[in-house]
This record gives sequence, C-alpha cells and structure tokens, in this order.
Amino acid sequence: MAEIIIKNLRKDFGDFTAVQESSFTIEDGEFFMLLGPSGCGKTTTLRMIAGLELPSSGEIFLDGEEISQRPPSQRDIAFVFQMFALYPHMNVRKNISYPLISQGMRRKDVKAKVAEVANILGIEDILNKPVGGLSGGDRQRVALGRAIVRDPKAFMMDEPLGALDAEFREHMSEELRALHDRMGATTVYVTHDQLEAMQMGDKIVVMNNAVVEQFGTPRDIYDKPASLFVADFIGSPSMNFISFNGSVAVGDTTVTLGNTCVTVPQQLSAHQGDLVLGVRPEHVQLRDEGGIRGKVGALEYLGTTQIVVLDTDYGEIKARVDADHPVSVGDQVSLSFIADTISLFDKSSGAAIRSVLNDGVIAHG
Amino acid sequence: MSYSVTDPSKRQKFIAGTLVILYALITMVPLVWIMMTSFKTPPDSISYPPKVFYQPSLEGYVNLFTTRTRVSAEKLASLPPPENFAEEIVRSRNMVIAGPSKFGGRFLNSVIIGFGSTFLSIFLGTLAAYAFSRFKIPLADDLLFFILSTRMMPPIAVAIPIFLMYRQLGLSDTHVGMILLYTAVNISLAVWLLKGFIDEIPREYEEAALIDGYTRFQAFYKVVLPQAATGIASTAIFCLIFAWNEYAFAVLLTSGTAQTAPPFIPTIIGVGGLDWPAIAAGATLFLLPVMIFTVLLRKHLLRGITFGAVRK
Repeated sequence: MAEIIIKNLRKDFGDFTAVQESSFTIEDGEFFMLLGPSGCGKTTTLRMIAGLELPSSGEIFLDGEEISQRPPSQRDIAFVFQMFALYPHMNVRKNISYPLISQGMRRKDVKAKVAEVANILGIEDILNKPVGGLSGGDRQRVALGRAIVRDPKAFMMDEPLGALDAEFREHMSEELRALHDRMGATTVYVTHDQLEAMQMGDKIVVMNNAVVEQFGTPRDIYDKPASLFVADFIGSPSMNFISFNGSVAVGDTTVTLGNTCVTVPQQLSAHQGDLVLGVRPEHVQLRDEGGIRGKVGALEYLGTTQIVVLDTDYGEIKARVDADHPVSVGDQVSLSFIADTISLFDKSSGAAIRSVLNDGVIAHG
Repeated sequence: MSYSVTDPSKRQKFIAGTLVILYALITMVPLVWIMMTSFKTPPDSISYPPKVFYQPSLEGYVNLFTTRTRVSAEKLASLPPPENFAEEIVRSRNMVIAGPSKFGGRFLNSVIIGFGSTFLSIFLGTLAAYAFSRFKIPLADDLLFFILSTRMMPPIAVAIPIFLMYRQLGLSDTHVGMILLYTAVNISLAVWLLKGFIDEIPREYEEAALIDGYTRFQAFYKVVLPQAATGIASTAIFCLIFAWNEYAFAVLLTSGTAQTAPPFIPTIIGVGGLDWPAIAAGATLFLLPVMIFTVLLRKHLLRGITFGAVRK
C-alpha cells in the first residue's frame, strides 16, 4: 500500500482550467475523500492520479516515485467507475479476472484469486452470470472485485455509490468502508455528497472552482471551516452567516454586531471592513438572556431534533434544538451563540480569519 | 379484457398487420417470379398467358453453368446414353454440352471482390471511426466532412477519370483494382456509421481496460470491438450490398479476369436467344450470398449487446 503526494498539480483543457495548482498528501491506508460540487475539478484530480488524464504541470508521487506522466497500466492503481464500466460482453468471473490475465497470471492462480475475492465480497453464486442482468449492488460488488483482485497500491473511486438508490447506498457505504479497513488500502474517493464524505472519510479535501479550499479531517472541516464556501457546503442545514461591517484586532474576544456584542474565540489576526460571522445551527441556543431577539418563522421537525427558523434583525437564522424543546411558530425568543464555536470570515476573499479556534487548520488551505 | 393506453388495440394490430403483409407481398412478387422463372423451361418462361403452375425443370441452371452446341439427329443418336441429368436435359433440345460456362468464375470474382472490399472498408473504417471518436484530431470536423463529401455525387460521375487512372496504373480488370474502388466508395459510409456506433460506447470501458493493465490497442481490440459488433455487422451488410450489386463500374472496368456477376448475367441473353430461365437462375444464385450473410448477421443487428451493462 502506498502514500500519495500531490504537488502543485494543474490541469488545463484549452482555455479552461479544471484544476489549479493543488497540493495535498494522502497517507498510507487512508480513506481519502475528494469533495466538492460538480465541475469543481475533483474527478479530474482523481483521473490524473490514476493516469486517465495527464496533468498540465505538477507532480504525483506514489510511494516516493513520480508517476504523473506514466500510462495507467504502469501505475498499479485500481479505479472504480461511477457507472461501474463492467465489460458487458463478459460474465462476472471474466470481469474480475481480466486484470489478472493482463499480468499473465497462470490460469490456476487466477481461479484461486477470483474465488478468494468472490468470497470476500459474497458474490460466489453470481460468478458465472452475465453482468447485464445484475442488480445495482451486485454490479457494484463486481466492480469492487475487479479493483481489489490484483492488490493494487491504491484505489480510486469516482462516486461509486452515485448510481445506487438511496436505501442501498447507505448499506453499500458501510460495506465499502469495512472492505477498506480489511484491505488496509489507500483509497481516494470522489463524491459531491458531504454526508458521505463526513461519514466515510479519514480525511477530506474540499474543492471548488478548480481550487482546494480546505484539507483536513471531517471534524476539522466541519468545526473549523477555512472559507465561507466550506462552511456553507458542509453541514445540513448549512452554517448561519451574519454579515456586518466592523473590525477585529489581535487578541479580541468580542465583535459588535450592530448594537449587540457577541463573544467569539480569541482572534489572532487583525481585520476590518465587511466581515461575516458564521455559526452552526446546533450552536445557536434559544434562551431568555440571549442578546439577539427573533421571531419563530417556521419549524422543521427531524425526529430527535428540530430546526427553528428565526427572523432576526440580522436576517434569517436557523437553530437546531431538541425535538421536545417547547417552541411554536410566532413565538418571540432570544438567542445566543456558543462562543468558542464561532468563525469569522473576510467577506471579500471568503477566507476564515485566524483565531484560537482554527489556528493551525486553515494554514493548510 | 385488459385495457392499456399504450398497447395498440386488436383492430389496430389487425390493420397494421394487413398493411405490412400486403406491402411484403408486393415487394416480394418480382423476387418470387424470378425464382419461379429459374425453374421453368424456356418455352414455359415465355408462354402467354404466363404460367403460374408448371412442371419444374433445372434447364435454366444447366444452361447457366454450361455452353452447348447443336448437333444433328444422327449424331445425337450415335452418342452413348447420357451420364447425368444435365446431359439428358441438353440432349432433349438436340444439343450436347460443350463445356462449362464462365458463370462459376464470375460468381467467384463477385465473392472475392464483394467480401474483400467489405472487409477492407470495415477494417479501415473502424480504425478511422475510433480515432475520430476518441482522439483529439486537428480539424476533425472538416476531415469528416471531407470524407462524406466523396459521396456527394454519384460515384459513376468520376468513371472516366477512374477508367483512365486504372488503365495507367494497370488496375483495370484486376481484383485488387475493384476491391480498392469499392472500398473507396464505401469507406465514407463505414466511417460515418461506425463513428456513430463507437460514440455510443462509453469511454469508461476502455479506461477500465487501461487501468486493468492493457494497452490502448488491446483495449480497442478486446473491449471496444466486441461492443461495436452490432454496428460493424450492419455497416458490413450495407458495404457488401453495394459492392455486390455494383454494375456500372464493373461493366466499365472489367471484362475478363475480374468481371463480376452483375455485368456477366445479362450477357447470357446473347447466347442462343432469350434464355430467361438461365438469366433467372443466375439472378437467383446471385441473391443467395447476400441473403445468407444478412441472415447470419441478423442476430447482431437485433441484439443490443450493451443493454443493461451500464446504468444511464
């Protein structure tokens, strides 16, 4: 298994830049997520690692070797396609054994290896079926089988669950993660689904408009977003943003929103002008002594919690509170924010302002 | 009775079926008539009113494959008894078989030139179509248009230049010359049709093969070609039908060694009066290879082999 280092990777298609100088490190055995909206360059990045696209510039190191210009067959990387791309003119067994045949493995060994993989994936009974009639889940397993059968250095997965229906996706994502843990393989996984990324990944790279916005653990990315985009993209409902004009100085622990003073994590750099205060809905508390007043506009019941949509002087704010918290539409309530969770952003650049909360995290971006 | 919005009703099915059968009958009458004529005797074939019921005879086929000479009654009586049915038929007309006709050779020429040019068109067409479909080729659209433009006038319009060219190059009346000519005419059709089929094949299949350790050519050969079988089969049928039936160039450019069946069959007319059964026999035999080829490839024409392999 392998460590993958991406250095200043860039890809241009004519005038269009699909990926701008990106750098990150995928450690050995990591389940690594490339997350972003469609068209952000995440799939292009993945295809460059696999060798299906050649980078315009930059380097890719696989286990210390620079591989960015090699053909895919010389990289020892497996790829699981979104549409599975099973060879339709072959049955399941042939599909899985196809990578082994290209290596010139002996027939007997191929058979044993395929049987072993089929056992891991629980698909022994469909080995001799044509791939055309298989269910989505079985196709997914066959595609995985074809990937794991030759023990590659790393797996690339391009939205492998995207073609499955919602119910089955959950089950398959658990299966995938379990398979990853069992193989101990380095896996790079592309998705646009932030929940999937949070749920499965050891590390996440968030991309937007060909740029890496943030790179870190799911917890860091959720709690300490490096930019407005990340803060908005991750989490459902997304973070509340309150725009204000003001200034922060090094060492400040409060900011002034209009006539309200809000406690924030201690600031480590000075900024002034148009700023944005970001707070996640679960960090908004409904209580009497809160400084901001609002009127309950709507309620979304989610089982264990409920989302309270509040109209305030600073715009709409959503709060996530216990499902049994007594509140009804039309109520006037006061709210406060949990101070050490608040992020401040520079509105024009979108970048987070350094504070004790995110110190050391946003340096990555 | 169950009712469905989308299925046609019984009455609609009946009307549609009747129309299809009627149309099929109308188009098939000339073919059936040719086949019937091929089994008639020459007097039956020109009798008026035309005979629909008649005593079948192989005289047409015998005449097609042989040359015959008329002999006197005394000579005929002095011959040993006929050795086979062909001689028997010929002698009943006061003739003897002088030797085989040229039809066998001409038919073989048709097979060589027809299948040869079809193979070459498909071989070159598939490679070109794959390149146009998958690679970034400078001026790809212009090149495709240029290829298509070779079909924007009837091929026979360039008959004279080709005739002169072929004479200069020594390609007149050669198998190679005819194969090259029919390939040149068919290649634009092959490239365009096959490009459409190859465009339909998801690139992921080849990419999967590349990842699985195969070279680009192996991926093309082992993954794309089987997927394109449907398209290749139907394109091959179109190419074969053109090359097989082509008449004008064959008349112009071939006379002996490489003459194909279409220009040969009418020449039978000149041998001993209007021998319609022989001509009909030639036409019937001439139809068979294309029919067999089409029936053999029908499976590929109808079966969408990529069906269900990719979720779209």
